[in-house]
Amino acid sequence: MNAVARIGVIALEQFRGWGHAVFFLLDLLRAVPASLSRFGLVVAQIHAIGVRSLVIIMASGLAVGFVLALQMYYALVTYGAAESLGLIVNLSLVRELSPVVTALLFAGRAGTSLTAEIGLMKAGEQIAAMEMMAIDPKSRVLAPRLLAGIVSMPILCVLFSAVGIIGAWSVAVLLIGVDAGNFWSIMQTQVDVWRDVGNGLVKACVFGVICTVVALYQGYETEATPEGVAYATTRTVVISSLWILGMDFVLTAMMFSTP
Amino acid sequence: MGKKGIEIMVGVFVLMGMLGLAFLALKAANLGSVTGGDTYSLSARFDNVGGLKARAPVRSAGVLVGRVDSIELDPATFQGVVTLDIDKRYQFPKDTAAKILTSGLLGDQYIGLVPGGDDKNLVDGEAVAQTQSAVVLENLIGQFMTGRAESSGAAASEPAQ
Repeated sequence: MNAVARIGVIALEQFRGWGHAVFFLLDLLRAVPASLSRFGLVVAQIHAIGVRSLVIIMASGLAVGFVLALQMYYALVTYGAAESLGLIVNLSLVRELSPVVTALLFAGRAGTSLTAEIGLMKAGEQIAAMEMMAIDPKSRVLAPRLLAGIVSMPILCVLFSAVGIIGAWSVAVLLIGVDAGNFWSIMQTQVDVWRDVGNGLVKACVFGVICTVVALYQGYETEATPEGVAYATTRTVVISSLWILGMDFVLTAMMFSTP
Repeated sequence: MGKKGIEIMVGVFVLMGMLGLAFLALKAANLGSVTGGDTYSLSARFDNVGGLKARAPVRSAGVLVGRVDSIELDPATFQGVVTLDIDKRYQFPKDTAAKILTSGLLGDQYIGLVPGGDDKNLVDGEAVAQTQSAVVLENLIGQFMTGRAESSGAAASEPAQ
C-alpha cells in the first residue's frame, strides 16, 4: 500500500476512534440515572478517585504556591511592584495553573488507576460476565466513575488554588517580608469572583470530564492482555494531557480574550 | 475501611472543597466587597465617557458607594448615558455632580460623586444633573500644541509689522 493510502488509513482510523468515543460517552450519559439510584457506588468512587488524590494535589499546590511567590517577587521587585505579588499569584493560580496542573496530575494518578482497573476487569472477562447476568456494566461500573471524576475535579482544583495562595502568602509575607495587608487587599479588589474563580471552576469541570472519559474509554477498549492494559494506561495519560492543554487554550481564548 | 468510613471521608472531602471555595471567593476575590444588598439606580449623561467600563466603581470622598451598571449611547443627543447602581444606605442630594476620574495617573477610570447642598435627595431612576466628562489625553495635548503654535506665531508676526 503506498504512502498516501497509509496516511488515509491512519486518518480514518483516528476519526473512527473519535466517533466511537463519542458514542461511548453518550452511552455513559444514558447510564447515569441508573447509577444515581445506587448512590453508594458513586460515593465509593469519589473516595477512590478524589480523596486518594488529595495528598498529591495539596502537596503540589503548596509547592507551586511557594515557587510562584519566589519567582514573581524577583520579577516584580525590579519594577517596584512587589506589593502586587498576591494579585499576580492569585490570578496565575486561579485562572490557569490550578485547572491545568490539577488536571494533569489527576490524569496521571486517577486516570491511570481507572484505566488499569477497567482494563483488568475487561481482561479478566468480568465485564462480559456482568453482561451475561443482564447487569449493565456501564451503569454499575463505568457511570459511577464518570460522576465521581466530574465531582472530584472541581473540588481538587479549588483546593489546589487555596493551598497555593496560602503557600504563596507564607513565602511572601513570612519569608520575604512583603506587606501582609497589601498582599490580601490588592488581591481582594482586583480578582473578580465570577470572571476569575468561576471561569477556573468551569475549566476544571471540563477537564474532569475529559480526563475521566478518556480514562474509561481507554480501559474499556483495551486489548484483553497485560501488554494491552499497560499500553492503554500510557495512552490515557498522553491523550488526556494533549486534550487538556488544547482545551485550555480554547477555553482561555473564549473566557479571557476581552478585558 | 468500612462503608461508613468511606462515606465520612467523602463527606469531609466535599466539605473541604466548599471551604476552599468560600476562602477563595471571600478572602481572595471581591465577593465580600461588592455592594451586595439593595441598590437603587441613577443615570448620568456625559459627552465623553473615556475609558469607563461596566462594573467600574462609583466613589464619593474616595469610599466605594456603588458600581456602574451599563453604558449606552443615546442616538438622539449622541451623549453617553451611564446607569449607576448605588447602595441604598447612601442618599445623595439633587444637585450632586458626577465626574469621571482616573485612579492614579494612568489607572482605571471610575465615577466620583461630589454632593451638593440641596435638601431633597435623588430617588431611584433619577438623572444626575451636573456631569463632568472624562479628560481625554489627546485633546489636552492638542490644546497645548495649538496654544504653543499661537504664541510662537504671534511672536514671529510682530517684528514683521
